[in-house]
Amino acid sequence: MSDVAYVRTEMVPEKAPPASQVGPIKWVRENLFPDIPNSVLTILALYFLYLALSALLPWIFHSAVHANSLNECREIIREAYGPDAVGACWGVIVDRWHQLLFGFYPQDMYWRPVTAFVLLLVALSPVLFSQVPRKMLMFTAVYPFIMYFLLWGGSIWLPLSVMFGFVLAPISHKIVAPLAGNLAGVIAGFAVPILWWGLAAGPVAEYLHSVAPVGIEYIESAKFGGFMLSITIGITGIALSLPLGIVLALGRRSDLLIIKSLSIGFIEFIRGVPLITLLFVASTLLNYFLPPGTTFDIILRVMIMVTLFSAAYMAEVIRGGLAALPKGQYEAADALGLDYWKAQRLIIMPQALKISIPGIVGTFIGLFKDTTLVSIIGLMDPLGLSNAIRADQAWNGILWELYAFIAAMFWIVCFSMSRYSMYLERKLQTDHR
Amino acid sequence: MSAFTDPPKESFRLGMLIYDTRYRSMTIQIVALIAFLAGAAWLVNNAANNLAALGKPLQFSFLWEPSGYDINQRLIEYNSQSPHIRAAFVGLINTLIIAVMGCTTATILGVVIGVLRLSKNWLVSKLMTVYIETFRNVPVLLWIVFTMAIFIETMPAPREFRSGAATMKLFDSVAFTNRGFYIPEPLFSNSLGNIDVFGIFKISNDLLAVIAVLVVSFLLQRAVKRRADKIQEATGIRPVTWWQRVGLMFIPIVVLLYVLGFHLGYPELKGFNFKGGIHLRNSLISLWIALSLYTAAFIAEAVRAGIMAVSKGQSEAAFALGLTASQTMNLVILPQALRVIIPPLISQYLNLTKNSSLAIAVGYMDITGTLAGITLNQTGREMETLILLMLVYLTISLSISSVMNWYNNAVKLKER
Repeated sequence: MSDVAYVRTEMVPEKAPPASQVGPIKWVRENLFPDIPNSVLTILALYFLYLALSALLPWIFHSAVHANSLNECREIIREAYGPDAVGACWGVIVDRWHQLLFGFYPQDMYWRPVTAFVLLLVALSPVLFSQVPRKMLMFTAVYPFIMYFLLWGGSIWLPLSVMFGFVLAPISHKIVAPLAGNLAGVIAGFAVPILWWGLAAGPVAEYLHSVAPVGIEYIESAKFGGFMLSITIGITGIALSLPLGIVLALGRRSDLLIIKSLSIGFIEFIRGVPLITLLFVASTLLNYFLPPGTTFDIILRVMIMVTLFSAAYMAEVIRGGLAALPKGQYEAADALGLDYWKAQRLIIMPQALKISIPGIVGTFIGLFKDTTLVSIIGLMDPLGLSNAIRADQAWNGILWELYAFIAAMFWIVCFSMSRYSMYLERKLQTDHR
Repeated sequence: MSAFTDPPKESFRLGMLIYDTRYRSMTIQIVALIAFLAGAAWLVNNAANNLAALGKPLQFSFLWEPSGYDINQRLIEYNSQSPHIRAAFVGLINTLIIAVMGCTTATILGVVIGVLRLSKNWLVSKLMTVYIETFRNVPVLLWIVFTMAIFIETMPAPREFRSGAATMKLFDSVAFTNRGFYIPEPLFSNSLGNIDVFGIFKISNDLLAVIAVLVVSFLLQRAVKRRADKIQEATGIRPVTWWQRVGLMFIPIVVLLYVLGFHLGYPELKGFNFKGGIHLRNSLISLWIALSLYTAAFIAEAVRAGIMAVSKGQSEAAFALGLTASQTMNLVILPQALRVIIPPLISQYLNLTKNSSLAIAVGYMDITGTLAGITLNQTGREMETLILLMLVYLTISLSISSVMNWYNNAVKLKER
């Protein structure tokens, strides 16, 4: 046998790929300059970035943090960076952060909203994260009363006696049901607490307070302001609009004609008018609809209106989730012999709410952003306070720093909410993709 | 023998109203209705008593009293002697102006940004993401006052044009000042006059003529296009019609403008302010820009979702047919995405219109500013003004949603 004419015994060493096909160059060519239109776009975007940064960066870096007035601030910047330097004056935030956060709440009482906020995080944790022990939900249920007591203060007996109404509901059901049947028990479970709140809660709290005056100093609503006000209104609205929205969505999909038309009427009315008109109603009109002589707190009135407003949007979001469920789910629930409420609670709602998570969180974000509207009816939310701060001689004329601070705070809260909704969606995802 | 027997006749018992599913729904509804009516009656009764005690029973006659205030932006004749109802009408027109302007620009911006966010260009898509997240997560009211502050703080005052510190732009025809923009106004030397509508307001005949001519020439060029389509379908050869269509579109309107003696009235600096031209106040401009940018972020997300809802096979098929990227987008992707985009688009239009009520924060006199602002403060008629205001907004919202729903039904996939 002859030798094989030619067999390569050693391989040619591997060449490095062409420079244009690896590393940053390839990335830039593929992602920034793949063709002419895209190159034009990239160059335009770079030019825009240059414009924006060349305006913003000097302003941010030539900033003065400690100053007591706008003039002093400008003086510092001029001395440090030359006569023409323009810079941010963060002194206003350092000087007035407490107002932006708490409004005109008394300074020596700041521990109260701070405690309320920390406890809010504790109360929210079992709702937001399933790793937290379920027993914590008990605390979440009690939290609204703690929040009210800490923020407004006054006698401790008022929140306690209101809370007692909720305790009364199961008790009266337990007592009446064996005597007069389940239905009477349910009716008693609703009627007794309502009677308690309407007639007895106030006088009993007053009496207990006269016997044992336990409480902290009462802070009136006019002193509330800043992000504390936004968060108070926002959290209340969020907590109340979800259940109300579920009820409205069920009402709108109900077979019962009257309930359905009442729900549709309510939802379409609220969605048809701007929130600001409802806030005008809260500030000027709501007292007219109550018996002569009753007045109640402006913040409470605003909370009611904000809740009703976002409940209508929430109802539409949840209705979308309900409509997206396959009909088989409803039929399966019927076939299992579940009654309406059990089917909703065990089968329909968990799925419908899961589908509508993005919409629900979107509504929450909208609600939180809409709390800025209360500045138009004269409440001291951060935006209203920015005007109040400008009214001061020392800070007359300061704009951008305040707006930037407020915008950044809102941005952080809203952005984290939207990220949380994505996390929740991923966590609850059960289908295989 | 019949296998069927009548069911035993039960006598009706009161308990069946609750325990028998045949009657229970009726019972629930009647109870709900009674509770609703009783609640409503209670509220109305309280309101009537309270208003009577204050000596201002519900009546709308105050609307015909002189308003006593001026409105700086008015498209119809109005002065401080005009009645409140006219002030409200001027405000309504201003609301509609800002809504139409805002919806138009927000749609254009939103579509462009939504498409760009899906672009393969890394830098551009990241920039668009930043834009969307910035605008969506900050309250619109903040954007409105922020834009207004930018205009007031950074634009030159009219007197700076006198000293030469600032100059007019675009061949001395436009002035950007901190009081707003001054742009040229269209004038007609052979004007056709005005037409009086029921003696309430006047419409310029020139404007009507321009609109009529534009509509007619648009319809004519559509007819030419349809004819060309028909010939192409019948013979396979498309007649060259672009010059006919361009001519039909432009020649009539140019002739009309020439006949009417169209010319521009330029703004001029007189004294401490500009005279002549159209004055777009900075309240209008800042509201317009802020609402457009804010709503555009939401529309962009809707557009992105719509485009992503079109299955990948569609664009692959289009590429296989040899269409270019832009043809694929315009002829294949967007028409299908449109069906997904339109419902959220409707609700964004509604949101923009409702958000335009925040005009009150920058002093733009929309219907909230006139009716629920100054009229309410001057007359103290909270109930009447707010009822009217809500009715107006309800009417606007319901008309927008019905028009857009009609359009949605027209373009949606016809399934059989």
